[in-house]
Amino acid sequence: MNSLALFLTVFVACAVEAVEALTIVLAAGVTREWRSTLQGMAAALAVLAVAVAVIGPALTLVPLTGLRLVVGALLAVFGLQWLRKAILRASGYKDLHDEGAVYARQVAAAQTAGDGGRRGVRDWYAFTLSFKGVLLEGLEVVFIALTFGANQQNLGLAAAAAAAAVLVVAAVGVAVRAPLSRVPENTMKFAVGIMLTSFGVFWGAEGAGVSWPGNDAALLAVVPATALVALGYVALLRRVRAAGRATAAPAERSPA
Amino acid sequence: MSRWLRTFGAFWYDFVIGDDWRGAAAVAAALAATALLVHVASVNAWWLLPAAVIAALGWSLRRATSGRA
Repeated sequence: MNSLALFLTVFVACAVEAVEALTIVLAAGVTREWRSTLQGMAAALAVLAVAVAVIGPALTLVPLTGLRLVVGALLAVFGLQWLRKAILRASGYKDLHDEGAVYARQVAAAQTAGDGGRRGVRDWYAFTLSFKGVLLEGLEVVFIALTFGANQQNLGLAAAAAAAAVLVVAAVGVAVRAPLSRVPENTMKFAVGIMLTSFGVFWGAEGAGVSWPGNDAALLAVVPATALVALGYVALLRRVRAAGRATAAPAERSPA
Repeated sequence: MSRWLRTFGAFWYDFVIGDDWRGAAAVAAALAATALLVHVASVNAWWLLPAAVIAALGWSLRRATSGRA
């Protein structure tokens, strides 16, 4: 895997998570109070920084074969989860992810939540909403950056890609002051699911001891093959859904 | 303490495994079978994990769309 592929994969995956975190921070800041929201965000970033500082160097001490087995398995499982949701969304079995709708829900909840401060924070609700949102989405950023970086023995580049994604999304968010609902998030999630699953399968199998035909070049077949399978499942599920609707419609129209 | 541990465990379970544990079980079983084939039977079973992942994904999607997930 060359450096550009590593950078792009981590960048896109982390950008998706950053867009989701931005929606929550904006909802808390606009509806409640910016100071407490930013305190929550800073606290979450501090926790994430500690996690990276502890786990990052520790991963470099683990032998590469063992690391690839464990991390490959985790990535394959994690990627399957993403891919399953993305396929269900693309085939119409699950609602598409809509940042505008998520933002509206968060704003409605924030408007009805009670006031009050705690532990030196003026608005505890805004603090915890922002803290949880940034921490949860940030954990996925950390997980993806660390697993890809450690496996490629290039943690610095993976961390730079993750940081760049977060900075770009934050800068655009500050500029437009609205959730980034025009970002093609569902397509990006589909692509990230394909990449996570493909790399998980590749590294997991290597960790289990196999030699891929063509070594690293096998990835050039694994990634497109995973994409083709995923697109095939989408096409199949769309046909099943359309057939189900077609058989249900005459029954609905027939007299009782 | 036990409540905190349960919450902590539930969070990581949901984070990594998510809605369908069968996918994780299939990946773990396929990796174990691959390692056995490679190290015990000297078979370079590079095809096993991709095949298992494709099958597990299809199975999981079928369960989800038939309302059994």
